[in-house]
Amino acid sequence: MKLMRILATKTGDVITVHPEQQIREAVRLLSEHNIGALVVVDAAGKPVGIISERDIVRRAADNEGVLAEQVRDIMTRRVIIGMPQDDLYSVINTMTEKRFRHLPIMDEGRLIGIISIGDVLKAQRDAYQGEIDTLETQIMADEA
Amino acid sequence: MSEVGTESNPLRVAIVGAGPTGFYAAEQLFKQKEYSVQVDMYERLPTPFGLVRYGVAPDHQKIKSVTKLFDRTAKKPGFRFFGNVEIGKDVSVADLRDYYHQIVYTTGAQTDRSLGIPGENLARSHAATEFVAWYNGHPDFRDCQFDLSVERAAVIGVGNVAVDVCRILCRTPEELATTDIADYALEALRESNIKEVYMLGRRGPAQAAFTTPEIKELGQLEDADVWVPPEEAELDALSQEMLAESADRATTRKVEIIQSYAKEPPDPKSRRLILRFLVSPVEFIGDEEGGVRAMKLVKNELYKTDAGTLRPRHLDEHETLPVDLVFRSIGYRGVRLPGVPFKDSWGVILNEEGRVMDPETGEPVRGEYTAGWIKRGATGVIGTNKPDAAETVEAMMQDMAKGAILEPAHPKREAAERMVDEKQPQRFTYDDWLKLDEMEVARGEEQGRPRVKFTSVEEMLDALDRG
Repeated sequence: MKLMRILATKTGDVITVHPEQQIREAVRLLSEHNIGALVVVDAAGKPVGIISERDIVRRAADNEGVLAEQVRDIMTRRVIIGMPQDDLYSVINTMTEKRFRHLPIMDEGRLIGIISIGDVLKAQRDAYQGEIDTLETQIMADEA
Repeated sequence: MSEVGTESNPLRVAIVGAGPTGFYAAEQLFKQKEYSVQVDMYERLPTPFGLVRYGVAPDHQKIKSVTKLFDRTAKKPGFRFFGNVEIGKDVSVADLRDYYHQIVYTTGAQTDRSLGIPGENLARSHAATEFVAWYNGHPDFRDCQFDLSVERAAVIGVGNVAVDVCRILCRTPEELATTDIADYALEALRESNIKEVYMLGRRGPAQAAFTTPEIKELGQLEDADVWVPPEEAELDALSQEMLAESADRATTRKVEIIQSYAKEPPDPKSRRLILRFLVSPVEFIGDEEGGVRAMKLVKNELYKTDAGTLRPRHLDEHETLPVDLVFRSIGYRGVRLPGVPFKDSWGVILNEEGRVMDPETGEPVRGEYTAGWIKRGATGVIGTNKPDAAETVEAMMQDMAKGAILEPAHPKREAAERMVDEKQPQRFTYDDWLKLDEMEVARGEEQGRPRVKFTSVEEMLDALDRG
């Protein structure tokens, strides 16, 4: 299964911030859209980093004035980017091994989506559930 | 009038497409207890079950037993089936909006993806979907012609459909004669001259999409050997590393089975199925009459993407594979429904977790939903569409609770039936189908087959004395 199948049912815009925006704006966006991470893009719309609620909470532990800081001070710069053709199971492995929870997706040079560990787990659960269901139906047919 | 969703004024839902997803969606709608619901299921063909009837291979009857569950849904008092009624032709989407509070599109993925290489449209190059629909007796494909007088065929792709096509080409007439394969297909395959069938995958054994039981079954064919070139059965370093890291037992087992085919059989059978890996066709080469006579293949290697997927990359190594018949099976895509927002690049209805989205406003289209392959693309097994349909029905019920439904001019159940009768007098009911089903099974019993299908609408009308 390819990530395209997850992205197909997520047509909404990708929520982004700019590096020079304040953390308070990032926090507002995270809360408003009920999401866990924002892709940080430059003026040309090119991803230059990612900032997650975890990044902000960790910073807050050291600096209570975190809200006035800039996104660039906290964001993770080395961001892994996925593509629609990536395999679901490889991505699960990579996210688990490298311990990150959000994967921005680019297609033909354009940011088209972001996939969270929740999306990935849901797709995996549904795939397993579907297989179990199909197998069960066949076993029941054997017994009938 | 009382509130929508009550006994006296039920929530009226149209489901477009009577495949597995349509039935799973109907099942979910009847299962919820919040609202009283009536479902009208529209189907372009006279018969229900979509790919279970016309896609699942005739030698895989067990998989088809899922229709027993669908029958149970069809027996619900709120359920009606309008067969032989095509949305976009007989009845428009605008009509549906006049008669229903909610509409669910479950039309599936009806066409194949193309390779986009020169010569793809030569004679004797076909979409695997057409061959599959043909041997399964699909009324729209019964007149297709496949030249089985040639000796060498190739199937491009390594999904379960590709495996089905290879298997059907390699089975003996005796093996096929106990299935519900279409009679005309059985006759054509009886005369088949095919000796060699190639199945081509652009990645390696560890990335093949077919499932383990499917690949194992290939080793148990009556009169065909399966073979894979030993060097292509071996995993490259990246795949080995990945398999070791992920401890993925299913894939390990699959690779073991493929590798067990790398030995020459001691006692060759009449036909040979050859699995090839890490090759991509780059051109089809034609003969003077414009038919395929060979394929130019390029060798691939795998590289790892940032997110960890092993993807193919062409090397500068080519070969020419002489083949006279080709089936393309590299994936499926949905067909645009007039009046419904569509994402062309992926062949799916534009949607957000099942809610059809308006590309102009970025907002959901009121009262319209989608589920199954036309929602997320062709992937997974039949059962995968159940959680998918459940997600869509959940969105429908949330919107219903908010009152975000259509306000049809004619919400009465009888009104919809009158509208359909007017627009398509030759419609089929579920009872019609049950009669056809009984007749098909009876015809099969005489020949020791699960059923003998009716393969045209005329035949079906005749059988019901409506010709």
